[in-house]
Amino acid sequence: MAGIEIRSLRKHFGDLHAVDGVDLSIRDGEFLVLLGSSGSGKTTLLRMIAGLERPTSGEIHIGDQRVDGDVPPRARGIAMVFQSYALYPHRTVFQNIAFPLEASRTPRKQIEEKVRWAAELFSISRYLDRYPRQLSGGERQRVALCRALVRDPKVFLLDEPLANLDAKLRNTARDDLKRFQRQIQTTTVYVTHDQVEAMGLGDRIVVMEHGKVRQIGTPQEVYEDPVDTFVATFVGQPPMNLLDAGDPSHPPGTLTGFRPEHFLPKSVFGSGEDLHTFRFAVRRVEYLGSDRYVYGSVAGGGAPDATIIAKLPATIALAIPEGATHDFAVPRRALRYFDATTGLRRPA
Amino acid sequence: MTYHRSLADREDVLGGVMLAPALAYVILLVGVPFVFAILLGFSNATAGSLSFEWAGLGNYIAILGDPIFLRALRNSVVVTVGSQVLVVILATAAAQVFRATFRGKRFARFVLLLPWAVPVSLAAIAWTWIFDSTFSVINWTLKATGLLHGWLYWLGDPALALLAIIIVQAWRIFPFATVIVLAGLSSIPQEIVEAAIVDGAGFWRRLFRVELPLLLPVVAVAVLFGVVYTATDLGVVYILTGGGPANTTHVLPTLAFQRGILGADLGQGAAIAVFLLPFLIVVAIGMLRLAHHTEVGGAR
Repeated sequence: MAGIEIRSLRKHFGDLHAVDGVDLSIRDGEFLVLLGSSGSGKTTLLRMIAGLERPTSGEIHIGDQRVDGDVPPRARGIAMVFQSYALYPHRTVFQNIAFPLEASRTPRKQIEEKVRWAAELFSISRYLDRYPRQLSGGERQRVALCRALVRDPKVFLLDEPLANLDAKLRNTARDDLKRFQRQIQTTTVYVTHDQVEAMGLGDRIVVMEHGKVRQIGTPQEVYEDPVDTFVATFVGQPPMNLLDAGDPSHPPGTLTGFRPEHFLPKSVFGSGEDLHTFRFAVRRVEYLGSDRYVYGSVAGGGAPDATIIAKLPATIALAIPEGATHDFAVPRRALRYFDATTGLRRPA
Repeated sequence: MTYHRSLADREDVLGGVMLAPALAYVILLVGVPFVFAILLGFSNATAGSLSFEWAGLGNYIAILGDPIFLRALRNSVVVTVGSQVLVVILATAAAQVFRATFRGKRFARFVLLLPWAVPVSLAAIAWTWIFDSTFSVINWTLKATGLLHGWLYWLGDPALALLAIIIVQAWRIFPFATVIVLAGLSSIPQEIVEAAIVDGAGFWRRLFRVELPLLLPVVAVAVLFGVVYTATDLGVVYILTGGGPANTTHVLPTLAFQRGILGADLGQGAAIAVFLLPFLIVVAIGMLRLAHHTEVGGAR
């Protein structure tokens, strides 16, 4: 087991700075999620840790070994699970899981034991003689995890391993993955563009954009205290509302941000609450079962057509007629302020 | 409003019309000569005469007792198998080279394809110079580097002549096979190759345990083409050795040509040529099954 230290890591593809100076310290046994949209550099960063991509500059340390440079993937003590699972189609499940052990010249008997142990752990023992194409997506994913596990890696690298599963399976797969990681306590770096996965899995989340780290923090920190407008709108669904509210207690050019679930009809708040009230012109109400999304705009400040979203839990049964204006409010403690030009967070 | 159904609207008729030229071509230029050749094989027809008499299995009995024919049959097998083994090894190696990025790759690829584009006869003439008894560049090079003491009479020695034929046949098919293998390599998902790298497999393990098994269907197709091209080729042997020395390097097509056209014994020539057919059919079926099997079944 080992932590990972990354220092001013860069990867340039010609003029494209895929990873542009990343410093990161991953603790031993931690589940770290790299979160970003496509092109944010998260996969390139993971591939550099794996050794599939050579850094332009910077340092990577796995445990006490410096690995940027000529250390090949097999000498890094890592295991990787790919988005497509990358199972060998011509080999049975058993042969797939045994492949890394064969490559490290493990004795036959030991291979047999390890494969059976791993298959047991992921309950795929029944499929050992089948070929990958005879398996469902979820089973293939577990085979890929097995293949990664048998090497006893110091670090697990997972590249969107749930992206190819259907939505129904994804929840259970997420739960399985997290339980499994808690059990074996191996440092894990997990790449995803799905912020729900990131929130649900990560001990900490690294939000990346344009090859740079925007924020590192626990899911709670990233969600509650985004460092800038990018993180505020990237994490959370629907994203944080941002508007130029012209709040007199703040200098001009300050954006006010609040989460849709904090933006509720004024009447539902208790009288003791310190509220910021808005006149909310409701355009449309979306009924989603457990929630209602209310789309509209607020009077005063900001572009009048900027869409503001309120997320009302089903427990609020209040009728919200479309086309009318309502008094909505946000508790002041839930308000976040950002600089309109730099996007950076301002103190309350 | 009048409504005309033009020919282009009538799919039932159109299908037949569009297919007709291809059908005519296959029937007239492939089917008829093919049936004719089989018929000739059972006759004692000669060139320059219109007589056509049944000879039954006479031609076949005659050639099976003929040592030159048996030698030609053996040579056909040796040349075909030998050249295809060479082709598979060379094409796999070359495909690995061309997968890498290097300066002048486009030019190198163009040069690689040249043997495929050069007419057989032209190439064979160039090779006769390379293997020439006095001017052989191979000999001169070997001599200059001190690897050869003595002299190799490439086309004068039956074994060396056969080797020369194998080399030229391999040289001819190899570019095509390389292109096919390259296409096959690029169809292997990058992630599978990377998974093998991360799993700790070195170059050779990756090549033999991952890439080649996945390439098997594609290689089978390349070999099938190679077998058919080589086994039916007349030009290379005819120009290089003419079947000599002393009829030791004949293959079935050259012997068929010599007996049937030059020797005017159409019946025997046809019988020799037809002898190729069962072999090629067996090879073709085997290769296609292999390709199909690995593609769909996945099992060994």
